[in-house]
Amino acid sequence: MPDYVITEQHSQQHFTCKQDEFVLKAMESHGLRAIAVGCRGGGCGVCRVKVISGSYECGRMSKAQVSTEQQQQGYALACRLKPTSDLLIECSPSPLAISGIPGLAKAKQKHTEVIK
Amino acid sequence: MRKGVLRPGHIQLRVLDLEASVKHYVELLGLHETDRDEQGLVYLKAWSEVDKFSLVLREADEPGMDFMAFKVVDDATLESLTADIEAFGLEVTHKAAGDLKDCGRRIQFTAPSGHVFELYAEKAYTGKWGVEETNPEAWPRALRGMKAVRFDHCLLYGDELAKTYDLFVDVLGFYLAEQVLDPDGNRIAQFLTLSMKAHDVAFIQHEEKAKFHHASFYLETWEDILRAADLISMTNTSLDIGPTRHGITHGKTIYFFDPSGNRNEVFAGGDYMYPDHNPITWKAEDLGKAIFYHDRVLNERFLTVLT
Repeated sequence: MPDYVITEQHSQQHFTCKQDEFVLKAMESHGLRAIAVGCRGGGCGVCRVKVISGSYECGRMSKAQVSTEQQQQGYALACRLKPTSDLLIECSPSPLAISGIPGLAKAKQKHTEVIK
Repeated sequence: MRKGVLRPGHIQLRVLDLEASVKHYVELLGLHETDRDEQGLVYLKAWSEVDKFSLVLREADEPGMDFMAFKVVDDATLESLTADIEAFGLEVTHKAAGDLKDCGRRIQFTAPSGHVFELYAEKAYTGKWGVEETNPEAWPRALRGMKAVRFDHCLLYGDELAKTYDLFVDVLGFYLAEQVLDPDGNRIAQFLTLSMKAHDVAFIQHEEKAKFHHASFYLETWEDILRAADLISMTNTSLDIGPTRHGITHGKTIYFFDPSGNRNEVFAGGDYMYPDHNPITWKAEDLGKAIFYHDRVLNERFLTVLT
């Protein structure tokens, strides 16, 4: 079974991935951090990518993170993405997946002021 | 003040692949499948729980929590709490007895945080799994995986924490066990309990409503947590963080994900509370130690990965 080369456009990091392996798992096993790692189960949307070029298959993913329309446009969760050719991908985390805790940002800011 | 709400009763989770999820909760956590119904729901419970189910799995297009339910003492209490919740300003919907198999009538309402909660008074009492009520043995020998003792609590992310606090404390009779305050004194996390447990449900401030952080199951000892970690590795289950200890509640813990990305916790130990205890306060600027007592640094994934 062939190994494919996965390239992440922003970081220009690349790594090999087996045909029956999920892209995110392959990245983690190479010790790389090009894509953020979340639940690894197709649920949280943190590892969402857009596939710029190449062919692939996808396991079940949360429709809240990748809608049917987005899936047709090439969006996928890297934890559910299996390559069938070399892939060029771009990180595109779901906006739903990256909002933080408002009070915490403020606390961090004040904490930094105290340290100064 | 007590309002007749007894304890957590059940949680219904959405999963992407039903059979993979049943395998996770049965073989890894050690829950028991107690029934299935014509809606396609699967009912499960942990061995020490006396009612028929505490976890319901529903296959859906997106993971997350459908609702969490609390058991109340009797039907009259369910009736009076319905009026109290409506007076608080929430719409109450009614689910007939049998809508969930072998569960009595339920009322549903959406908390200001966006999460759907239920109250019910009756569910089939099947007794503890694998032990008798008279002269019971210490534990059933046929347990699997992590041998989860009970479904314990949920942590939920959403906004309007202050109004959610009012609902849970003033209307439902929970009390505040622990809290996190930001430098301006705003409560950004609230751990609420009905019992001596450090939490029966907890909320963390988040911009988006109705997000699910984790469902937690109780184990007896730290050794059991380490054994759970071994099982997570043996099964190549997605690990989040641990084994470690929390500052908040001081529970010993490990976090991992079910096959659809819903976070699970198993934990042991932790603080106890009585209603006359002052709440414990953690400062938001020390949140690293409050959440992970050993590492003392915040973990981005723990704060932001939700279903």
